[in-house]
Amino acid sequence: MTLEIYLDLFSQPCRSVYIFAKKNNIQFDYKKISLFEGYQYGEEFGKINPLRKFPTIKDGDFCLAESVAIMIYLADKFHTPDHWFPADLQKRARVNEYLSWQHTSIRMHGAKIIWFKILIPEVLGAEVPKEKMENAEENLNVALQLFQDKFLQDKPFIVGDQISLADLVAIVEIMQPFAAGMDVFENRPKLKAWKDRVRVAIGAKLFDEAHQATMSLRDNAKIIDPKGLSPLKDKILKYFLS
Amino acid sequence: MPLELYLDLHSQPCRSVFIFAKINKIPFEYKAVDLSAGEQYGDEFGKVSIIRKVPALKDGDFLLTESIAILLYLAGKHSTPDHWYPADLQKRAQVDEFLSWQHTNIRSHGSKVFWFKGVLPAVTGAPVPKEKMDSALEDLNMSLKIFEDKFLQSRPFIIGDKISLADIVAIVEMMQPVATGVDVFEGRPALSAWRDRVKKEVGVELFDEAHKVIMNVESLPQTFENKGLPEFFKLKIQKMFN
Repeated sequence: MTLEIYLDLFSQPCRSVYIFAKKNNIQFDYKKISLFEGYQYGEEFGKINPLRKFPTIKDGDFCLAESVAIMIYLADKFHTPDHWFPADLQKRARVNEYLSWQHTSIRMHGAKIIWFKILIPEVLGAEVPKEKMENAEENLNVALQLFQDKFLQDKPFIVGDQISLADLVAIVEIMQPFAAGMDVFENRPKLKAWKDRVRVAIGAKLFDEAHQATMSLRDNAKIIDPKGLSPLKDKILKYFLS
Repeated sequence: MPLELYLDLHSQPCRSVFIFAKINKIPFEYKAVDLSAGEQYGDEFGKVSIIRKVPALKDGDFLLTESIAILLYLAGKHSTPDHWYPADLQKRAQVDEFLSWQHTNIRSHGSKVFWFKGVLPAVTGAPVPKEKMDSALEDLNMSLKIFEDKFLQSRPFIIGDKISLADIVAIVEMMQPVATGVDVFEGRPALSAWRDRVKKEVGVELFDEAHKVIMNVESLPQTFENKGLPEFFKLKIQKMFN
């Protein structure tokens, strides 16, 4: 029975899982779903993942959510090259350190930007108070500074000379506000250089393919059917704007 | 050179590291960091971590932050019993799945309730608006429901018959709102039974020792007054929840 991976490439954690599986030639059945159509709230998906979140994998009877858990599982199961999740205790701890920290820093603040700049105003038709937008950008900037000062420093990648899961998770999250029009790489030459290295290490074609949907969101936002998101409107506004 | 653990047991992730190290008889030097006095912003702690958060670990020259990364590092280095972080791929993935999910669910909602009930009023001198409090409680309740329905179900522990890192991380987070009088276990017999099992596995004495300071959180207003909370810290706290 083939491995099934449920993905919407608009979602940052879906991109990291997609890139990781593709890069490592892991065979899988790509179950493409659309978050904007509310697929995650359907009955069918509820049986696969009661958490109703993406990405999710189904490996035989085994279901698993949470991109970090998924990638570690795939890395072990398919014996991917060591640099992704090193066996060395201290290197592995560095990867785990980043994977843990990022949830409530880069990910949390970066995710808000695309909602604030594009999805809430253009698809949900609601206004985002200026102060909320400024706070979100400020918080993201603080997180990016810490990323550079503590996690990246002067190294080519987060854990040294080679790309790891940490870089992969970092890049997909940082690309989200970038796609929203916030130039996170401007005046950050080190960050930009790291991004270019990561893109090369992943493979430019795969990187660009994974990011295509998100990068074109600014142009496509007007054609997203608000019907898919509007049942969630109150929830979304509460989550982001309260 | 002995292992140093930088801890303040008011902090949930510090408690999980403390409990894990103690249960497994891992020798360490306890380096107290007084969060209520803003010691995490001092020069000395700055040499340990520029992220300015606890817990932190210093193992010779190796510095590490993030409780999840620290727990996994200690488990690996000290070859702790398998059940804490099983070698079995699927069981391990289930631990990873919880450890990932909890950051922005039980942890963030439980923390928020704690701050709203126990800390903010002590800093600002006024209770948090009812609407905000109710919203925080609602989010916490939803997380607890997901915890019971998806992560615990009818198992003795999160991944089955034995306690793992997932249970330790879960319990310390749930104790945070309890410390401010929000008894998350009341009216939840299955959750209470799990808590009792976890307490027994950890050892009641160790569990109570780890939770002693947080259960005395009513003294926080006096503590802040005695220590003269730095102004920038007050502003930071207020900003966190606006």
